Amino acid sequence: MAAIELRDASRAFGPVVALDRVSLTIAPGEFFALLGPSGSGKTTCLRLIAGFDQPDSGQVLLDGVDVTDVPPFERNVNTVFQDYALFPHMNVADNVAYGLRVRRVAAAERRRRAIEMLELVQLESFAERRPTQLSGGQRQRVALARALINQPKVLLLDEPLGALDLKLREEMQTELKGLQQRLGITFVFVTHDQGEALSMANRVAVFNAGRIEQLDTPRALYTQPKTAFVAGFVGSANVVESDLADRLTGRAQAFAIRPEQIRILTDGTPPAGHVCVEGVVEDILYHGASSRCHVRIDGGALLAVAQAESGGAPSLPALGTRVRIAWAQASAVPLE
Amino acid sequence: MRSKSRWGGASTGLKIAAAAGLVFLHLPVWVIVLYAFTTEDRTYAFPPPGLTLHWFGAAFARHDIWESMRLSLMVASVATLVALVLGTLAAFALARSNFRAKESITLLFVLPIALPGILTGLALLAGIRSIGLTPGFWTIVAGHATFCLVIVHNNVIARLRRIPTNWVEASMDLGADGWQTFRFVLLPQIATALLAGGMLAFALSFDEIIVTLFTAGHERTLPIWFYNELFRPRERPITNVVAVIVILVTLGPILLAYYLTRPDEHASGN
Amino acid sequence: MLARSVSRFLHSRRGFYLALLLAPPLLWLGTVYLGSLLVLLAQSFYAIDEFTARVVPELTLKTYRQLVGQPANVDIILRTLAMAVAVTLAAAVIAFPIAYYMARYAGLRMRAFFYVGVMLPMWTSYLVKVYAWRLLLAKEGIISWALTGLGLQGSLDRLLAVPVVGGPSLASSYIGMFIVFVYMWLPFMILPLAAALERVPESLLQASADLGARPGQTFRNVVLPLALPGLAAGSIFTFSLTLGDYIIPTVVGAPGYFVGMMVYQQQGTAGNMPLAAAFSIVPIVLIAIYLALARRMGAFDAL
Repeated sequence: MAAIELRDASRAFGPVVALDRVSLTIAPGEFFALLGPSGSGKTTCLRLIAGFDQPDSGQVLLDGVDVTDVPPFERNVNTVFQDYALFPHMNVADNVAYGLRVRRVAAAERRRRAIEMLELVQLESFAERRPTQLSGGQRQRVALARALINQPKVLLLDEPLGALDLKLREEMQTELKGLQQRLGITFVFVTHDQGEALSMANRVAVFNAGRIEQLDTPRALYTQPKTAFVAGFVGSANVVESDLADRLTGRAQAFAIRPEQIRILTDGTPPAGHVCVEGVVEDILYHGASSRCHVRIDGGALLAVAQAESGGAPSLPALGTRVRIAWAQASAVPLE
Repeated sequence: MRSKSRWGGASTGLKIAAAAGLVFLHLPVWVIVLYAFTTEDRTYAFPPPGLTLHWFGAAFARHDIWESMRLSLMVASVATLVALVLGTLAAFALARSNFRAKESITLLFVLPIALPGILTGLALLAGIRSIGLTPGFWTIVAGHATFCLVIVHNNVIARLRRIPTNWVEASMDLGADGWQTFRFVLLPQIATALLAGGMLAFALSFDEIIVTLFTAGHERTLPIWFYNELFRPRERPITNVVAVIVILVTLGPILLAYYLTRPDEHASGN
Repeated sequence: MLARSVSRFLHSRRGFYLALLLAPPLLWLGTVYLGSLLVLLAQSFYAIDEFTARVVPELTLKTYRQLVGQPANVDIILRTLAMAVAVTLAAAVIAFPIAYYMARYAGLRMRAFFYVGVMLPMWTSYLVKVYAWRLLLAKEGIISWALTGLGLQGSLDRLLAVPVVGGPSLASSYIGMFIVFVYMWLPFMILPLAAALERVPESLLQASADLGARPGQTFRNVVLPLALPGLAAGSIFTFSLTLGDYIIPTVVGAPGYFVGMMVYQQQGTAGNMPLAAAFSIVPIVLIAIYLALARRMGAFDAL
């Protein structure tokens, strides 16, 4: 039985369609990501699961039960908000204990369990502080503890790592993953960062303009994107449109080829099965372990070529030089 | 960024003019306060020959002053109570909702303050007479509650709009129903706005004369008592004492309300 | 339990919930306030029967014709209008130095001091202020005493001897009334004006000087036009507050009637509610015209 299921859920705000007949199923214990650019509908989807919004049509089911009309305070789902939404007039312990307070748990018991949750996120010494006295990362952990105290079956996280700096983000990614595995509950998080989604999630739903373009494991999304949008958004693959593909390969089928699958030819003939094309180096972006060359091929399109730094000697062509690049057409992924 | 001094700062003339203006604004009231302590009965005389607290005692012994004060306090209390309930209800309804009639309703809530008092007073009187009521305590309260309602509403809605929407969502997400969310999350936040609005409403009601003269009938609130005294030359110092009382009862709450509603630095825990 | 079920019920019925919240305050305002206003408007379209001295509940324009037809009534309206205009102009002139200093020269602490200093009298009881002035202006009051002390008693007498605006004493002359009006509404002029002046960017004044304008020219050509919205906003207050006031003309009054006084008198001793209603519409009409003019001058941007 699916932990969460959406069936043909649609939601529009006036003329703007936020969700267009979206269906998805999330299994219990999954770490699931809703990925997409702003306005793609991923946050609306999260809000439907939480209960802050109702679909115009379609259903929301939790554990097989239709909860479309059920208010948030009756769903066994808890949310960590993007800006944490901690109550400033309560201290950290009271914030965390809030979920128990509204269930009329006695004060002493509340306090005990709140401290327990704070230990889980390593903030037990901050119990008496006010939210305004905490750093961003600390507030997020308080929000986490607060959301977990009711032992929900599903934890929703809205762009949890967006406000953190890079180092903190990487730490939190590991922590969240570890937490989820320890607790064994379903985590659903919303992000626009494909790197985050790929590294943390078991499965990812890629949203675009109110629809799910592809729902797959991170590896499948990366190696087998189904549409041009997914190819470009996840892993920033090169998308070759059908007319260009026709000229290059003889078949008018759009495909995606990843930058690391393209090589700059230093010697003469490309191996068999490779597509070869000439172009001018327009841009070089240094990324540390590898670099990207943007090559403007004859025909107009810009392709990104990843060039790994191989110890010491720079093997990058100079800007403006003509190069020949090639890839194995077998590695190309056909797109819809 | 403003620079403090241009061309050597403000000219002396400007400084004097500004200071004179401020003095002009303050002098009359301070004079009255001074007059409340004069030993002279014929209080037109200046400077006052001596200072005494005698008149305070005399004023507090006056039965009619006590009666009027009691009436004013009761009217203000009841009007403020009604205003707190109705104004808060309206504020919650209008804070973040959007519906077609919203603009007209918002306009309706501005009118009692925007229209001249004389119009409100006369209208209320016309209304009272048209349904055959006799003006009295409840008509006074009705008139006061109407604009007190608007004051409370303005205070509460301003505060409500500064509360991030996801606090309510977070509260509900954690299991609190609407009533619990109101009690635990919203009420603590609007408490100061309620207090400020209530105090403002109380002060304004206590001091109200323009509308009250129309709706009071034979009742005499303290301002009405005061107004009648304006035309009688006897025992002027007692009138001055009452003036001092009115100033204290009204200015105090207004000042407090002002300091309470200044934008506070601890708006949210984000 | 009950709270939960109610909450659950209302949660998906937002419209109903809103209606529930709005019903009590709306009912109150609708019946008590709007209802009264409508009754008043209706009254102005009735007329009083001269013989029975009772209101005849038939729609007619007779009362309005009486309002604008009788020269005495027109006098009253014009007198009130003249006073409102005079007060507005004087308030603007007096408020300017104060607002200008507050907005552009005062340091942060001085500015706060001035703001509170202007707001304190504004918040002080209306009646107390009127009463204070009555005492001050009286024949034996402070002003008289001060002027005598300075040897200016003669000037005061000459001032009071001026026809129309003079009178037996300051406390019963138009001059006195004028002074009180200006005093009462001065803070309402100072505050929007100061706000508007604060918004004039320093760089504009510097540019003007840089281009060769003398301080007076800069003032006339740069500061004044930019301060106009603030002036207009403040003038809305002074204008409408003066038009509608009936207490100050009664307490510090010359024999002539003002619109407010007429309203009060007609509904009281004269028992002519329709005429009182008609008179009370006058300030509304005048204010509406003034608002339309002020809006053109950008006053609403400054509020």
